Amino acid sequence: MLELKSLNVHYGVIHVLKDVSLTVGRGQIVTLIGANGAGKTTALRTISGIKAPSSGSIILDGQDITKIPAPKRVVLGLSQVPEGRRIFASMSVYENLELGAYLRKDTKAVKSDIQDVFARFPILGKRQKQPAGTLSGGEQQMLAIGRALMLKPKILLLDEPSMGLAPILVNEIFDIIKNINEQGTTVLLVEQNASKALAIADIGYVLETGTIVLSGTGAELAASDDVKKAYLGG
Amino acid sequence: MRMFLQQVVNGLSVGSIYALIALGYTMVYGIIKLINFAHGDVYMLGAYIGYFATVYLPLSFFPALLLSMVSCALLGAIIERVAYRPLRQSPKIAVLITAIGVSLLLEYTMMYFVGAGVRSYKALLPTDTYNVGGVIFGFQQIAIIITAIALMAVLQFIVLKTKMGKAMRAVSIDADAAQLMGISVDRTISFAFMLGSALAGAAGVLVGIYYSSINPLMGTMPGLKAFIAAVFGGIGSIPGAMVGGLAIGILETFVAGYGSSMYRDAAVFFFLIVILLAMPGGLMGMKRTEKV
Repeated sequence: MLELKSLNVHYGVIHVLKDVSLTVGRGQIVTLIGANGAGKTTALRTISGIKAPSSGSIILDGQDITKIPAPKRVVLGLSQVPEGRRIFASMSVYENLELGAYLRKDTKAVKSDIQDVFARFPILGKRQKQPAGTLSGGEQQMLAIGRALMLKPKILLLDEPSMGLAPILVNEIFDIIKNINEQGTTVLLVEQNASKALAIADIGYVLETGTIVLSGTGAELAASDDVKKAYLGG
Repeated sequence: MRMFLQQVVNGLSVGSIYALIALGYTMVYGIIKLINFAHGDVYMLGAYIGYFATVYLPLSFFPALLLSMVSCALLGAIIERVAYRPLRQSPKIAVLITAIGVSLLLEYTMMYFVGAGVRSYKALLPTDTYNVGGVIFGFQQIAIIITAIALMAVLQFIVLKTKMGKAMRAVSIDADAAQLMGISVDRTISFAFMLGSALAGAAGVLVGIYYSSINPLMGTMPGLKAFIAAVFGGIGSIPGAMVGGLAIGILETFVAGYGSSMYRDAAVFFFLIVILLAMPGGLMGMKRTEKV
């Protein structure tokens, strides 16, 4: 469904991604793990079109989208939950969800989809009139995911959804991701929390200073000595 | 007390005009962090469009007001497209200098075509006055205040309730995140310029009616004062600009009424210094810490 073919990305003279290739199959959860600074966020920024690659290509559903600008990629079904959530803090929870559906013309269906998000995350329904900035970290993450789902994406890109959350909430967020995937949305998950990410992923890739050094099924990687040593604490 | 109330009435009419102009400053700043120094000149052009529309076409008050607003909206969009958009990735100082350049260009192009002299609006609205317990209300003053309030209500509706308005707020909060929703940042910026310029155009016509004289450099001082109003209210905040405009108008008429009109402008600028020292974020400004 989504394929990166020998992608190279530079920030000035710094070569951030080196010949990165990966494949996300329809209906899968694929995770990209790696340490801070390995280039995970850059990979997502390149996929969503905010950062242009210096070479290589990005294929979505057989179509080369490398040259398509970011807002148009959203139309094609790529929806991103950015790192740090990036919700619109001074706007209400409800308005944040409406903005998620900005590109949709079917106003009635949008309203019912917002209710679906509230059914999935009841706490957001309770706080729908509150400014989004007053939500707790976990609630904000739910809102960011809900907002991305409003576009009914083919593929959901998640950037560090567990960042800064209490452990109990981390489990909840991963359950939510698994649940969204089971309902038919393909997921590309970028995470530092390797053990949790690999536990729900079909396929995993390990990124180290811009290069993919290992790949395999989630279970294989979780069992691999290299991964254990580097990312799972021994 | 009668004197006090009279000054409040006068201050509100001038202040509502400042508020209309201040809204344009604050919306553009909120979205691209630019102090658009050409904004006062859009207001000047609005006054001239109203003048020509009422003298030559000749239109009455409301059609002339609408024509001026629509023309200024287009002008605002053109200025943004031609002068500011090519500089989107440039340092802020380059855009700021360009804004000053656009301001001078508009002033002196206008002077070339219409001359530097003053022109007089004809009386578009009845000049009746009403005496309520010794306080004198002019029909024109009331019409100006009501028009300004109506326009601000429409603006609030657009910004709070419509899709474009919500997109505008989203871009001003976080442009990158807004892009991830598929919001076109360029179109949104263009929209903000159009809204602000339309309000400036309306202010131009209202001031033409109030003072009845207009000239090509008339935008400079009200432009600066409206900017101060926006800073006082908290730049980037729409309700702040409304409150700021009214406050500056009232301050100005009080200084002129109780002190001397010579100190009117000085008082406003002194007030700006006090605000910047005492509450740099303004009345309703966002207090944000910048990462360095």
